Amino acid sequence: MNLTLEPHQPGAATVPSHQTAAAPATPAAQPTPATEIAFEVENLHSWFGERQALYDINLHVPATAVTAIIGPSGCGKSTFLRCLNRMHELVRGARLDGLIRLFGDDIYGPRMDPTLVRRRVGMVFQKSNPFPTMTIGENVTVGLKLNGVRNRSLLNERMEKALRMAALWEEVKDSLNQPGMSLSGGQQQRLCIARALAVQPEVLLMDEPASALDPIATMKIEELIQELKKDYTIVIVTHNMQQAARCSDHTAFFYMGKLIEFDKTEKIFTNPGNKQTEDYVTGRFG
Amino acid sequence: MNSTLYHRWRKAKSVCMSFATFACAVVAIAPLGFVLFYLIKEGASSVNPAFFTHLPAPVGETGGGMANAIVGTLILLGLASLIGVPAGVFGGVYLAEYGAEKVNWWIRFGADILNGVPSIVWGIVAWALVVVPMRGFSAYAGGVALGFMMIPLVIRTTEEVLLLVPNGYREAALALGIPRWRMIVQIVMKTAFKGIVTGVLLAAARIAGETAPLLFTAFGNRFWTRDLKDPIAALPLQIFNYAISPYDDWHRQAWAGALVLILVILAINIVIRALTRERFAGTGR
Repeated sequence: MNLTLEPHQPGAATVPSHQTAAAPATPAAQPTPATEIAFEVENLHSWFGERQALYDINLHVPATAVTAIIGPSGCGKSTFLRCLNRMHELVRGARLDGLIRLFGDDIYGPRMDPTLVRRRVGMVFQKSNPFPTMTIGENVTVGLKLNGVRNRSLLNERMEKALRMAALWEEVKDSLNQPGMSLSGGQQQRLCIARALAVQPEVLLMDEPASALDPIATMKIEELIQELKKDYTIVIVTHNMQQAARCSDHTAFFYMGKLIEFDKTEKIFTNPGNKQTEDYVTGRFG
Repeated sequence: MNSTLYHRWRKAKSVCMSFATFACAVVAIAPLGFVLFYLIKEGASSVNPAFFTHLPAPVGETGGGMANAIVGTLILLGLASLIGVPAGVFGGVYLAEYGAEKVNWWIRFGADILNGVPSIVWGIVAWALVVVPMRGFSAYAGGVALGFMMIPLVIRTTEEVLLLVPNGYREAALALGIPRWRMIVQIVMKTAFKGIVTGVLLAAARIAGETAPLLFTAFGNRFWTRDLKDPIAALPLQIFNYAISPYDDWHRQAWAGALVLILVILAINIVIRALTRERFAGTGR
């Protein structure tokens, strides 16, 4: 397979924009070739049984930045996200073809263990799902404990750190022994983020993390994303275009299983290179 | 005018049918009332401390109890659980978490057939598998017969409660890089724990009253059983033996035994109710 990090050739509908010199945006925000790439996705196709969900996706996700994935329902956004941490293959009949590298490692390589991929690529789901049998504290440390970490002081240290990063520590530090389910919806979602952060992944995938939350809780999650991107690569799927515009550095527009356009968020929302993107972000369809 | 007449006719039919369905419901639960009424009427007077603490009295003497049969039933339930619980629970885990669709279909089909196998057949199976090679009736044989009966019951209930655990928890656990088997044991089974216990208790309550599989396996014993290789007493067997005996005192004791047995099963069912109520309250949002 093609192992080069150089920009790949644009497919029929693919515009691997951040390398195109023609982009007139401010040079400061332009990812230079030196920008580290978290995910290199090449020629990715995926299927659910007979139905093809993704067609020839080529995309480089920059590290320590927020990449938003937008598009109408059923366009393959979530499927794409789930390919990045090998969750796609858990669905019966699902399969894929193509190459995905995570900081240079082929995550679908023959000797790559999916559980190791998932430890490096954390995920937050649309519906908050703290484990109902566990306390707040246990929910945060469960990923470490079930991966064999026994050291109590290390667990406590990681728990506090993860809860602080998720901006939840101040709210729950006195109720760590309460059930995780006792928290409000927004707190539960931040608890799930803390749970994902506690195993210290390199990337955090977020599948519409705020779509079930009220505006204030949504704002907190968005602020959190801005904090987290200093250390983490974040890929966020969202239905909410304002959210993508507010909190992402790059935006990919998916439509009918194809990547239509990928560019800096500012460009996608102000001067998209593709008619379909323009129609979508201006609300003319979708 | 015509329409009101029609309306009245329809209403009358509705009342009749409602009443008929209500009457059927009463008929359906009436036997429970009869059974309890009769058992209390005939058996309550013989349920006394001696019944729980004494061995059966020799023929001709009055008094005595069924202590050995009560303990024997508990031992048989324990032996049966040693077979039925692991096989049933892990079978259920396989169905809910691992099995391919086609394999699962056959296992479910098989479990449903097994659920319908007459209990005397389980007795014959255990007789052929255990009694004949061991050259004698034994507690082991009784435990094997009851354990086999437990397996399909536990498999199906375990599968059902595991499938009730929302998939989001499985995905959340896997996304943390937790290995699949740990996800199943520590997340899914832990979440469904009360449901699994409920299924086991239901199966135990079901087999606790079985007589036929024990007739030529556990066989019954009028004394304490000191070795599980020996025949062992069981409440249903004792009730059966006493009920077909010609002695009035034994008949009274059989009534008492039946009353105790049904109270035990009632108690198990109350525990199950308590567990399930809490389970639904616990997972609700």
